[in-house]
Amino acid sequence: MHSIVAKRPLGPEIAQYEVEAPRVARTAAPGQFVVLRLHEQGERIPLTLADWDPSRGTITLVVQALGKTTREMHELYGVGDVIRDVVGPLGEPSEVVGEGTVVCVAGGVGIAPVFPIARALKEAGARVVGIIGARSSDLLFWLERMDEATHELVVTTDDGSTGRKGLVTEPLAEILAARQVARVWAVGPAVMMKFCAATASAAGVPITVSLNPIMVDGTGMCGACRVEVGEHVRFACVDGPEFPGEEVNWDLLLERLAAYQEEERCALDKYRRMVQEATR
Amino acid sequence: MIREAQVPMREQDPGSRVHNFSEVPLGYSEEEARQEAGRCLKCKTAPCVRGCPVEVDIPEFIGHVETGDFRAAAATIKRTNNLPAVCGRVCPQEVQCQGVCTLGKKFEPCGIGRLERFVADWELEHGIQSVEPPPPTGRRVAVVGSGPAGLTCAADLRLLGHEVTVFEALHEPGGVLMYGIPEFRLPKAVVAQEVEGLRRLGVGIETNVVVGKTVTVDGLFAEGFEAVFVGSGAGLPRFLGIPGETLIGGYSANEFLTRVNLMRAWQFPEYDTPVRIGSQVAVIGGGNVAMDAARTALRLGAEKVTVLYRRTRTEMPARVEEIHHAQQEGVEMEFLVNPVQLYGSDGVLGEAECLRMELGPPDDSGRRRPVPIAGSEFVINVDTCVVAVGNQPHPLVPRTTPGLEVSRRGTVQADETGSTSRSGVFAGGDIVTGAATVISAMGAGKQAAAAVDRYLGAGG
Ligand SMILES: Cc1cc2nc3c(=O)[nH]c(=O)nc-3n(C[C@H](O)[C@H](O)[C@H](O)COP(=O)(O)OP(=O)(O)OC[C@H]3O[C@@H](n4cnc5c(N)ncnc54)[C@H](O)[C@@H]3O)c2cc1C
Ligand SMILES: Cc1cc2nc3c(=O)[nH]c(=O)nc-3n(C[C@H](O)[C@H](O)[C@H](O)COP(=O)(O)OP(=O)(O)OC[C@H]3O[C@@H](n4cnc5c(N)ncnc54)[C@H](O)[C@@H]3O)c2cc1C
Ligand code: SF4
Ligand code: SF4
Ligand code: FES
Repeated sequence: MHSIVAKRPLGPEIAQYEVEAPRVARTAAPGQFVVLRLHEQGERIPLTLADWDPSRGTITLVVQALGKTTREMHELYGVGDVIRDVVGPLGEPSEVVGEGTVVCVAGGVGIAPVFPIARALKEAGARVVGIIGARSSDLLFWLERMDEATHELVVTTDDGSTGRKGLVTEPLAEILAARQVARVWAVGPAVMMKFCAATASAAGVPITVSLNPIMVDGTGMCGACRVEVGEHVRFACVDGPEFPGEEVNWDLLLERLAAYQEEERCALDKYRRMVQEATR
Repeated sequence: MIREAQVPMREQDPGSRVHNFSEVPLGYSEEEARQEAGRCLKCKTAPCVRGCPVEVDIPEFIGHVETGDFRAAAATIKRTNNLPAVCGRVCPQEVQCQGVCTLGKKFEPCGIGRLERFVADWELEHGIQSVEPPPPTGRRVAVVGSGPAGLTCAADLRLLGHEVTVFEALHEPGGVLMYGIPEFRLPKAVVAQEVEGLRRLGVGIETNVVVGKTVTVDGLFAEGFEAVFVGSGAGLPRFLGIPGETLIGGYSANEFLTRVNLMRAWQFPEYDTPVRIGSQVAVIGGGNVAMDAARTALRLGAEKVTVLYRRTRTEMPARVEEIHHAQQEGVEMEFLVNPVQLYGSDGVLGEAECLRMELGPPDDSGRRRPVPIAGSEFVINVDTCVVAVGNQPHPLVPRTTPGLEVSRRGTVQADETGSTSRSGVFAGGDIVTGAATVISAMGAGKQAAAAVDRYLGAGG
């Protein structure tokens, strides 16, 4: 039984959920994710483990309402509600190294998955610089938690409503130019990771990114999550989701993310009509 | 006088069935079943029994059908086969029990599979006899994977009095029966009912547990399980490795069938998971999986579905009945053809370049190896391409279980009792043999259950 034991809004379309999943909480590691299915008719969607508590048997997920499933979760699932299926932890854990300076870049809802990685790096002994960015201040969250998980934290917004005005790649390029950096981590929308990868490559610094292709099973059985890394086709759910950013075929990832646009719109429309009818 | 041919089974007609996902064969009536049962010679030597991997007592159950004692027939079958409603539908009977049927020497063999299906359906309809498991032995066994191998092993161990928990990675138990074989060939309600029977027997089933991730085999021992049976199947899809395979519209058969069967994309948007189906569909391969994908594509509304197979009709590994059904429904087949590159625009599949092949000398599988004919390239329009060229053993459990030996092909090394290189760890089904059949996986599950019982008895 995967009950939601806590839910907190983090922004207009973003919420944090604490969900009962004792087995997952017991073995979770930074960089891993779960696949959940809300109900019998539901789709299986991947969500990163933002945090976990083995003693309480719970995991923390941060979800942005985008399409049918995430919107339904945002609008209709609250404390006490049960999520039909939660499976994980899936994917390979982040390779945590405890030396040198590491820059962790997060874009938008990517703040959530970056948090446990930054925390683990810091605990292991690395010097962690965080850069987190969003379109505007209301989409930022977990500033205090990120502050604690890093040694330095840079905040950017596209509109300048909080922190520095501009994109995360600007402070990233400055830091890489000024200091000796061992590795960069970047998690967020594919386009943002693509530009972070270009920035890091230009500076000759290795970068790890967390890819988010469309998935079905999440266990290596279907190949829906195929990505191209260094000319090789890899399954993001089992070989990743983290890969060396400089080797990722970003255009392919972006194209494949758009594969079901029409069907996604159809599902969302149907959901909206259903909600409308229910509230009329 | 013996009827020369089997009593025919009524079927949905091809014209209407390509528009629905309901089962194609409609089953026997009691009268038809008794008539077909009357054809069986009740041979003393019963070669059919030896043709069946789990040795169903075929003449005995058919005898009960003939006299109309369907309950007794069910009991006979269930002595050795706990998934008869499944086997009656999907066993390759023509090469197993029916392949060696005495009647088959002169006439059509006895319709053993059809009768088995009839008896199983009759029992599901009239209420399953409950079996009381023996008093608990207090020993706990974990089963990894809920395909036919795992389910059979679990049932047998439970009937020996052990406490059994099945761990399944997906959200529904059943393995390929649930996610692979389509609704129109094996209704999911039939699988669910068989699984329900197991639950009633007291077998615990934990879904959403990926062994090797959520918990390891060693973790299961630490939880107090005294033996582990691994039946994790051959779920790793093989691709062609040709350029363009990642274009949108290119699917592994696993993804295509999982979306449609497990996630019920055929009922989108009632169910949330979509599947893309174009008007021109190519299915690559020649086995049951290819037939299932092709027939599924037709039902999803494709205009034209073509199976591209690199050998000839004779070498096709698919069951005769499946090929027949597919052709009846309008699936086209192109033999001695192999795609070499896929093309598209804006990332979306549009064309496939293929080569014509000819058969050369035999390869390791004993079949003549297809060799490309130079300069025979041609291009076809394709907006959906389903690759059904085989599955490999899933590597997750072997990789996370130290000391578990695997072959070069990635299969777990186990002897005919299911014993592996690790004491207390047993394995069977597709993870040991590579992709095979439902009934051979069940046979392996049975053998392993007996071996686990001996192991526990010996104080293991
Ligand atoms: C490994 C992994 C970890 C993820 N972690 C998180 C997380 O922690 N929090 C979170 O909010 N989301 C996360 N995602 C993305 C999340 O899975 C998708 O947002 C979700 O599947 C969309 O489902 P939907 O039905 O709501 O939207 P859909 O109707 O399926 O899609 C709506 C829109 O979202 C886009 N989209 C669809 N799938 C994805 C995807 N996989 N990634 C990004 N965009 C997508 C589509 O292009 C479309 O524009 C993760 C994805 C992966 C692969
Ligand atoms: C489309 C298709 C059609 C087929 N048609 C026929 C047919 O007509 N007749 C026939 O006889 N055979 C057919 N087969 C073959 C037959 O289905 C298989 O040989 C049989 O299912 C193998 O059984 P199994 O129990 O070994 O594995 P599977 O049925 O593959 O079951 C393995 C189970 O283990 C689970 N699993 C895997 N890894 C883990 C893990 N790490 N932790 C937990 N669980 C895990 C999987 O999710 C799955 O549920 C077909 C196969 C396919 C794909
Ligand atoms: S289980 Fe399969 S092989 Fe055995 S008798 Fe039944 S149909 Fe024939
Ligand atoms: S071999 Fe054929 S005819 Fe003989 S007992 Fe078996 S099913 Fe009947
Ligand atoms: S999501 Fe199916 S293989 Fe990765």
